[in-house]
Amino acid sequence: MTASDPERGWVDAALEEELPELSLWSLVAGGPTARKSPPEVRKRLGMLASRFRGAEAIELRRRPIPHAYRVFFRQIGLDPDEQRTPAEEAAMQRLMHGGFESHGALEDALLLAVVETGVPIWAIDDATLDGPLGLRMARAGEQRPRADGFADDLPAGRLVVADAAGPVAVLFGEPDARHAVTKATERIRLFSLQVGGVPDVHVEEALWTAIEAAWPDSPEDDPGPR
Amino acid sequence: MVLIDADIGTRLGPPRGLAPEAGERAARRTLREQVARLEAQLGDCLATAFPGGDALPGGSGSILPAGPRLLGIAELERIRDDLAGRVGEARRVLTARGVAQERARVRLERMLLAPGRHKFHRVAAAELGEGGCGVYQVRPRLGLVGMLAGWWHVKLSSGCPLAT
Repeated sequence: MTASDPERGWVDAALEEELPELSLWSLVAGGPTARKSPPEVRKRLGMLASRFRGAEAIELRRRPIPHAYRVFFRQIGLDPDEQRTPAEEAAMQRLMHGGFESHGALEDALLLAVVETGVPIWAIDDATLDGPLGLRMARAGEQRPRADGFADDLPAGRLVVADAAGPVAVLFGEPDARHAVTKATERIRLFSLQVGGVPDVHVEEALWTAIEAAWPDSPEDDPGPR
Repeated sequence: MVLIDADIGTRLGPPRGLAPEAGERAARRTLREQVARLEAQLGDCLATAFPGGDALPGGSGSILPAGPRLLGIAELERIRDDLAGRVGEARRVLTARGVAQERARVRLERMLLAPGRHKFHRVAAAELGEGGCGVYQVRPRLGLVGMLAGWWHVKLSSGCPLAT
């Protein structure tokens, strides 16, 4: 299975009017990944870790892409000093653990993408989706199902990634349990959030970085739109 | 006399000729731009302060962590004011630190120019804004002989004490 072209998702009109530079990109990336990352990916993560030090972590917030996400966090009521942006969270994990720990092929690929480009990527099971992905505000009465069978209420107005059936994930949060990639997943969809100050090319680069790392054979079969 | 308010960038009321809704949207956009600018300035302050950025002020927690949402004018104003306060305080801390470092440099210059008049004076590298545990100290050459002969010089001790 080869990856599809990245495409922009829909954005609710009210949200688009208020935050015109916010958009969602997604693509069907491929089938199930290997359980462990190939040695090249782990080596790449090791090299990235050795290049990354405390001063880099401080400087990170001044780089254009991580800075753009940091600013956007503030603009939507998140405090990036409390809830770190994905790039800063990866940096913090690197500093805490002394390296980027390998957690499996897909997780490593997403980590590699965010560390190399600063653009966060999430993975979901494509078969669980009802229609295309988009961005909107949560409606009154909507809930987030949990893995234990219960559900959390979602306050109206919360910014969410959603399909036709309902919210899939809160913005910058992990996807809901029912959309998580599992052993039974046959098609994995990757999605990313683009905010003001992040050019299209960076989002595409992040998606392709993740694909090349998680499905190392795919680009050779079909170079795709690159 | 006619007074003109030149600071139109911070005026948040609806501009003339715009519907209230469009005016509020424009005000929110202006506030978001101000937040972006202040965040960049705060990042600059933190990078300038490194190492030692922990001395810079933290957030006031004026915004409750209620998840990602579209913020109204009042909330955006609180975030902007909080950031503006932090940037102002960070600049004040950095200025005070700069003044202290400048004074330490002047002391070191004087020690270097006339070590005999600054016997046993010390300036730590940290006071100069340098990393490490080095200390510049005016010491006699050849110990007691130098002390009696008036041979003084500035010596830089290096290395941090071993952890116990």
